[in-house]
Amino acid sequence: MRGRTRAAVDWAKGFVLARGTLVLLAFFYAGNAVSALLRLPVPGSVVGMVMLAAALHFHLLPPHWVRGAADLLIGHMQLLYIPPGVGVMAYFGLLRREWLPIVAAGVVGMLAVLVVVGILQQWMERRG
Amino acid sequence: MADALAAALAIAVTVAAYLAARRLYARFRHPLLNPLLVAITALIVLLYAAGIDYSAYDRGGRLISYWLGPAVVALGVPLWAQMEEIARRGRAMLVSIVAGSVVGIVSGTVTAIVLGAPRQVVLSVAPRSVTTPIAMGVAQKLGGLPPLTAVLVISSGVLGAVAGPAVLRLARIRSRTAWGLAMGSAAHGIGTARAVEQGEVEGATSGLAIGLMGLATAILAPPIVAVLLRIFTVR
Repeated sequence: MRGRTRAAVDWAKGFVLARGTLVLLAFFYAGNAVSALLRLPVPGSVVGMVMLAAALHFHLLPPHWVRGAADLLIGHMQLLYIPPGVGVMAYFGLLRREWLPIVAAGVVGMLAVLVVVGILQQWMERRG
Repeated sequence: MADALAAALAIAVTVAAYLAARRLYARFRHPLLNPLLVAITALIVLLYAAGIDYSAYDRGGRLISYWLGPAVVALGVPLWAQMEEIARRGRAMLVSIVAGSVVGIVSGTVTAIVLGAPRQVVLSVAPRSVTTPIAMGVAQKLGGLPPLTAVLVISSGVLGAVAGPAVLRLARIRSRTAWGLAMGSAAHGIGTARAVEQGEVEGATSGLAIGLMGLATAILAPPIVAVLLRIFTVR
């Protein structure tokens, strides 16, 4: 009996995750379509992100439909970065030739954004 | 059949490297043991040792990275959940993010140009301060090399997660929202993973910054890069 209830709970969890995943995929492809049709400079995934937040805000989509799948994907985002990260090996040749501008641009850009956003935001919060 | 098997193996090895790297980080908590950095290095070494080239690995790898698109869509949930907070500090955050986005695009691009990078590299550098799927989309629209952009984004993220907290301490950032916003906008998802460790406020603001920074950079990068390419000559 007990095993059966646990199996039922697992099935329910699986269903909720599958439904959430399908909803996220639907918004992803809808975002891609909107971005392509309107020739927006923004990638479809970002359009889908804004559409999803809007759908939740205007109560067109119950939050519990997507929450589990969204938490799962966001929580393991680092895994999704691994294959493109391994892709660096396909560019070792280019990196060997052009390493200085590439590394410098990365370091300078990262530090500049970090410091500018941090200082500006803190300053404006204190000013009120 | 052999292809499907190779793809499944690539996925299994990637997930195994990810889980092992996470356990290693959970055990020692050293910033240089960043799970992403460790997993990527281990996989590159493994592929080299086994004599497998990247395109063969990526037949499975791309089935994993495909989910970066839906993961960006998923950021719509925290964006919605934090809407009130954004409305309250909204104007300050928008100003900081737009300024950060402009500074990020200009500083990175100009550094690359001044140091003599070829055109394709310059166009791949411009969108580097946003999360990978957005950055790769922008690089493609600009005519850069999306995989090179991905590499830059990820190394910026790892650098931000490793060195960011010390830099923010030096810059005397004490506001928790400013700390999170800075980490998320400079080091996107990888910085956010570090911000979550710092605290709940830092994590939420950092996650929000990924979306806002991505949006601002996607809109601002094409016109800014067009202007910079008129001002500077690029080989």
